[in-house]
Amino acid sequence: MRELLYRHALREALDEELAHDENVVLLGEEVAEYNGAYKVTEGLWDKWGSKRVVDTPISEAGFIGMGVGASMLGVRPVMELMFWSFHSVAFDQLVNNAGCVRYMAGGKINVPIVVRGPANGGTNVGATHSHCPEGLFAAFPGLKVCAPATPADAKGLMKSAIRDNDPVFIMENTKLYGNSGEVPDPGEGEFLIPLGKADIKREGSDVSLIAHGRSVLHCLEAAETLRNDHKISAEVVDLRSIRPLDQEAILKSVVKTNRAVLVDESKPFNGVSSQIAALIQEHAFDHLDAPVKRVCSIDAPAIYSHHIEDEQLPNARRVVDQVLSIA
Amino acid sequence: MQDPSAEPPFAAMDFSSSPVNRSLTPQDKIDFYRTMVRIRRFEHLALGQYQKDKMGGFLHLYIGQESVAVGAVSLMGENDHVITAYRDHGHALAVGMSMDECMAELFGKVTGCSKGKGGSMHFFAPDKNFWGGHGIVAGQTPLGLGLGYALKFKGLAGCALCFLGDGAINQGVFHESLNIAALFEIPVVYIIENNGYSMGTSQTRSSAYRDCLAQRAEAYNMAWDLVNGEDLYEVRAKTHIAMERARKEHRPSLLEIQTYRYYGHSVADANADKYRTPDEIERYKTYHDPIRLWERRLIEEGHLTAEEAKAMEKEATKETAKAIKFAESSPPPTVDDILHDVYWEVDEDTEAGNTGRHFFND
Repeated sequence: MRELLYRHALREALDEELAHDENVVLLGEEVAEYNGAYKVTEGLWDKWGSKRVVDTPISEAGFIGMGVGASMLGVRPVMELMFWSFHSVAFDQLVNNAGCVRYMAGGKINVPIVVRGPANGGTNVGATHSHCPEGLFAAFPGLKVCAPATPADAKGLMKSAIRDNDPVFIMENTKLYGNSGEVPDPGEGEFLIPLGKADIKREGSDVSLIAHGRSVLHCLEAAETLRNDHKISAEVVDLRSIRPLDQEAILKSVVKTNRAVLVDESKPFNGVSSQIAALIQEHAFDHLDAPVKRVCSIDAPAIYSHHIEDEQLPNARRVVDQVLSIA
Repeated sequence: MQDPSAEPPFAAMDFSSSPVNRSLTPQDKIDFYRTMVRIRRFEHLALGQYQKDKMGGFLHLYIGQESVAVGAVSLMGENDHVITAYRDHGHALAVGMSMDECMAELFGKVTGCSKGKGGSMHFFAPDKNFWGGHGIVAGQTPLGLGLGYALKFKGLAGCALCFLGDGAINQGVFHESLNIAALFEIPVVYIIENNGYSMGTSQTRSSAYRDCLAQRAEAYNMAWDLVNGEDLYEVRAKTHIAMERARKEHRPSLLEIQTYRYYGHSVADANADKYRTPDEIERYKTYHDPIRLWERRLIEEGHLTAEEAKAMEKEATKETAKAIKFAESSPPPTVDDILHDVYWEVDEDTEAGNTGRHFFND
């Protein structure tokens, strides 16, 4: 199968959806003439022009609110946050307007928007630019959140998100944009991955490593080490979508392995892993042979120092250590 | 008592002969009167019900400002849309929402316009081009921008009317919206309903400005105007110009319509007559009440008699009483209803709505 970079898989999804639906419009800072701060939208302005690919001023609350308003009248905006970290200046628009307006209108309105951009640490840019708010936004009913780990998932989830009739927030990752992976050729037909479907990235029998986004790659690396050095067979469950959540896949894996380590780049307090841990203890308590363990970012604002930041984040070694503590 | 004439800059201006008003039939003018009276009766009687604990939360009354919503909304055509903040009952009734659905919403009943999920601040009627009813000060200002964006994107010759209070002009997102509106040439008309007080803080204590609030538009190279809100003719004449600018030239405007609210910020505002003098409130009621002024105007023009006006008021009272009965006798939402209207895909029972877990209650 052909290989694509993660950023190019995203671009292909955007390009295909611009062609698929004339109401799709890409909006964001530097997405058009500059070709995207991280080159996700490279070439799309050239191809689609200024009506469909729009540079906005640095005005997250303004342009995201504008997108929400436009979506109420049937436009389908796909808006880039240069960093998801900038959510804080648009929070009212993201939560109260995108997330609640349907409910407050008794279902008379729906908000088919996508907000996308990178949400990750590990790039030595300090606390303000390193937030991972997937758990934060998944906590608001009305919003949907996903975090693809591979180029194929990035493409398939992006296409589903754009066709979805509710607000979907896609958390990408600057550390993944340059990764390469197999993505089906468009000639083989539409490639969509439904929201709410997890993917078993590696089968195993002794412990379930449950993760999303870049943490999935740490889990895969850890699983390799666990097999080679410790004869432990780890299963890697990639959530892909945080809300809706594939609870069935999580429980199925835990029932099989009887042990779970949750790997989550957000902070431990009320991160995605907190919710998964609660679900596991409630629905698979009798199947557990050990406490559910977690590997999160160390609980402080993101440190700048490139000497140490990778140690604050989940990494394969920290995952292995947690598995060994319950193996 | 003789009315003092309006204060500058409004003195001696008569907008009854402006083109958009010249074309009005006597029936149109009477309908405006009826709508204003209906709004006022609806709210007066809603206040009574609030005081009887028939509704929860806040109740932000529009009484005193009726000519603004009625005048502006009367100019709306098929492709014009409207959005406002939490003081939304007047706009709702002006676009043609029924008293029944509005009162039932206040009562938290499932027959309410938002099925009892929005309340006083969150009335919606997308089928009448009314997009709420928004609770966060200035939170609706980029949404109004988006409505205009969508109209232009789809090539429709309409505009968005986005109402806000004078307190909203100091929120950052409002300025972001003005900048984008001017930069992208969005057909939106921002209408500041300036009732002089952002909650309990007077205009001079909350906003820095030179001559008036709308003048801030100059910073964005945007057209603006100041409107005497007590005169329905003037509201229509000047709003019409701004709407035409939006529809035909895709140029936004900022209007400041001067008006006054007789009640507090909300009915929970216990200080409504402390941050302003009783004299001030009385002066507005006596000399500047938009409904009384319109009534006098129509009588002078020979379109209305005092008796007919009285009868319309009675009719509005009756209609409101019926709405109260409707609200009272309607059922509240059920616990099951809580989980509906969150996700479109779930409500519509689509494949996406049935994939993965959407709610986390156990």
